[in-house]
Formats: sequence, structure tokens, C-alpha cells
Amino acid sequence: MRITRHGYSDLPRLLARMTGDEKHDVSATSTLDAIWVLYERVLRVGPDTVEDPDRDRFLLSKGHGPMAYYAVLAAMGFVEESVLDTFGRFDSVLGHHPDRTLVPGVEIGSGSLGHGLGLAVGTALGNRIAGRDARTVVLVGDAELDEGSNAEAIQYAGRAGLDRLMTVVVDNSSASQGWPGGIAARFAVEGWSTADVDGRDHDALHRAFTASTGGRPHAVVAHVESKES
Amino acid sequence: MSSAELTAPASPTTAAPDQRTRFYELLPELIAADPRVVAVLAEIGVSYLDLDGLRDVDRVVNLGIREQLLVSTAGGLALAGLRPIAHTFAPFLVERPFEQVKLDLGHQGVGAVLVSAGGSHDWPGGGETHFGHRDVALLDTLDGWTVHVPGHADEMESLLRSAVAGDDRVYLRLDGTSNQAARRVDGTRMHVERRGRHGTVVAVGPLLDRVLAATEGLDVTVLYAPTVRPFDAATLRATLSAPDVVLVEPYLRDTSTAEVARALGDLRHRTLGLGVGQSELRRYGSREEHETAHGIDVAGLRHSVSGFLGL
Repeated sequence: MRITRHGYSDLPRLLARMTGDEKHDVSATSTLDAIWVLYERVLRVGPDTVEDPDRDRFLLSKGHGPMAYYAVLAAMGFVEESVLDTFGRFDSVLGHHPDRTLVPGVEIGSGSLGHGLGLAVGTALGNRIAGRDARTVVLVGDAELDEGSNAEAIQYAGRAGLDRLMTVVVDNSSASQGWPGGIAARFAVEGWSTADVDGRDHDALHRAFTASTGGRPHAVVAHVESKES
Repeated sequence: MSSAELTAPASPTTAAPDQRTRFYELLPELIAADPRVVAVLAEIGVSYLDLDGLRDVDRVVNLGIREQLLVSTAGGLALAGLRPIAHTFAPFLVERPFEQVKLDLGHQGVGAVLVSAGGSHDWPGGGETHFGHRDVALLDTLDGWTVHVPGHADEMESLLRSAVAGDDRVYLRLDGTSNQAARRVDGTRMHVERRGRHGTVVAVGPLLDRVLAATEGLDVTVLYAPTVRPFDAATLRATLSAPDVVLVEPYLRDTSTAEVARALGDLRHRTLGLGVGQSELRRYGSREEHETAHGIDVAGLRHSVSGFLGL
């Protein structure tokens, strides 16, 4: 079995293997650029190091619409490209929500919203206790922040100074009640460093992901086109 | 509330050591002995821990009153290769964060040691908000949990030590009452306390002494279960004299009735489940008053057992 690594320009074709459509809706692709930049330029993890305790962790909390995630995992060689064709089938490893026990490199099973950030706090805490400098990066959606469990995690991570924890909030304005004052402010008031960026601008995402955070956990709000647009 | 209420003498009728007190005494030692062990707390218990001299105090994590985060953090710690011991009162450990227990441990395929305090009625004055008798039944809807209900602090210590040494999902349910004498527990088997011809009474954890008193002079088998999941069907079958089984559980009545049905599925049999009733009594008072109200005091047990078995 030969696993081929692809580039960003291959992602639409890889997405089409799951959706059967060359045109993808915003919920399927809102996370695409953020996840791509993380795996391409930031995370220290690859197909050969998925079991390495020192690897960086990427936790996809927003488990809905995981096609972008799977496309990136295929492009990076974590899964074979042909597996994408099985998306959602009974015997597939790729569900409409990801399962960590089925897919190499997938750190958490998700789908029910509001679990990833708490798991990320535990993972970051565990790595700190174990003396590892691995980063833990968790991706959530703006509407997912409605879940109260996230408030618990945001508060605690700030107090505990989990400086190797980063939350990426992909904001496609899908929260019904919105976030008056902006999402970043909610993290900042709890002691996080924050950045707001264009979620389609790879260089801006890269700068935000690698910014110095002064010993604090870091939140990057990646703004993309509205879900309704 | 102040958790001080729960430190009142567990039962004036027994000198057996308190399980919860022993748990707090043990934690620093368990942390010092194994670099994987992390105690995860949500305020409750923090003030009882003696951390003086503990080098690895970073492995005692107080998350504040955040019980969803308590279980999620345990899941994340396990994903990072550590061995979390998460602790609070039963309703806040299992009922409030139930989906975290389901997904952040079970669905992730990782384990933790969940240790609850308070049993069903350790703080009867606290009322329904602090009653914890639905915990084991809830865990029964999930996959892969070992459930220990120790009847003595020594049993708790043994079960806790072996749970911490593993990687799987273990629930330890600590009760404010204990039996006078500890049994030798191995975390799997029921113990044969007494053999008789007219049926079997299974006593779970801290109810053993009461069951022994209630069945005094009755010709029945008494089994003692300090571990209820997995359910020890083999011992139940191997000692079965008559196909009539009475379950006496310190939590929700009939929690293990389905286990008995599975264990004896190929036999015509009868089962009587005794324990805490389903409905809210909206009463406070003492533990003894609740036990009487639910029919699990000595007189109530004797009446139910002898009536069911026709003795």
C-alpha cells in the first residue's frame, strides 16, 4: 500500500471523493484552511508519529462536517486516499463524525458538541505533568461555544496557565444568539492571549498559530464567510 | 454546602473505619508511588487532603466546581497516558456529567478511576439534590465499567490500589457505613457467607452486616458482593440451592435484576430486588430513617426475604 502525499490544490478533489460534488457548502469547508495550515506548517505530527507521546495533538471538537479534516488527513498521508470513497458507509472508518479508535492520527472521537475543549485541557495538563512540550490544539465552532462545558474549560485553562494549549475557533457566524463583543474577548477576560484572523488567509493563520503568548493559553478566532452566505 | 456535613461519624453503631477518610489518607501515597497517577477534584475533598511533603503536588488538580470539566479532564489525562482518579459526590460524578462519562472516557476508549463519596444517603439532611442512588444503574447503560461497592475501608483500599494499577474504567462507590469486618476481596468474585437450601440472598457492599442479621436462622445462602460489575454469575449459579434470588443493594432497587436474569436465563427462577425506591420521598432526617422507609433496615429485610422465600 503506497500512501501519496498531496498539496492544497488537491483538497477540492479529495473533498469531492466524499461529497460527490465539486461545490462544497460552507459547513464542509469552513475549517479547511485552518486545518490545512496547522498540519502543513504548525503541528509536529505525521503518519509516522501518531503514537509518539511527544507529538503535537490536534483535537477536532467540531465533529460535524469532518470532510475537510479527512481530506487533509488523506493529503498528509494519515489515511489512504481511496478510503475517502467509503465515507459514511457501514464498514468505513470515516463516519459523519470521526472516531479516534478507527482512524490513525485522529486524537478524539467527536460529534457531540462541547467535549473537545475539556479533553484538550486534560491532554495539555497531562503533557505538562509528564514534562512534554507537545502542543495541544483544539478546533471548535462559534456555535459550539454555546455549550456551557466550554465555559468551564476556558476558565480553568486560563487560571492554570496552560501555555501549550491553543483553541482555534472557526467563526462562520452560526451561533443563533451570537457573541456580543466578539468571541476573542470571552477568552481574553479569562486570561488567554487571543488573535482574530481571516480564516482563509494562510499566512495570517500561520502567524496567529505561532504567535508568542506570554505563558498563557492561546485562542485564535478564524473568521470565515457566514454559514448563511 | 459545606462538605463537612459528610464527615460526621458515619454510623454510631460501628467502629469500622470510614471509607472516605481512608481514601483521602491514601491519595498522597498513591500519587507519590506512581508518576502516572493524577487526582482530579472539583473542590470536594481538597481540604481533607494532607499534601504536606508531597513533591508531586502538581498531580493534585482542583478544577473548582466544574463537574463536566472534571470528567473531560480525566479523559484528556488518560489520552496523554496518565492515570486519573476523579472524585466528588456520586450525583456530581455520574449524573451531572453523564455524557462526559459516556463520551470522554468510554467513546474515547480510555479509562479512569472514578471515586464517589456519599453513597445513597450519607447526608440525608441534604435531600434529593445530594442523594446518589441512581449511579450504578446509570453506569449500567454504558460499556466496560467495573463497579466496586466496598463494604469496608480495607476493602476499599485493596480495590483502589488494584484499580489504579490498571488502565480500564473503574467506579468505586464509597459509603459512609461499613461492615464490622473486612472480607478478602479480589475485585471480581462474590463471597459465600452462608449456605442454605431455600434460596440465595445477595448482599452488596455495606449492607452485608444488615443482611446477615436479617437472615439469622433462615436456611438461605448469603452471598456478599463487593464488586457488582462485571456481575459474578458463576458464583451465583455454582451456589444456587433453589432458583429464588433476593438482591439487596444500597442504591436503586432492581439495579442488578437484569444481571440475575442473564445469569439464570436458562432456568425458571424468581428474583426480588431490594434497595432504594424509585420515587422521591422528599424527606430529610437520618440515614436510618431512610433505610427504614425503603425497607432495607434489618426488620424490613427480614420481612421481605422471608415473605418472598416462604420461610
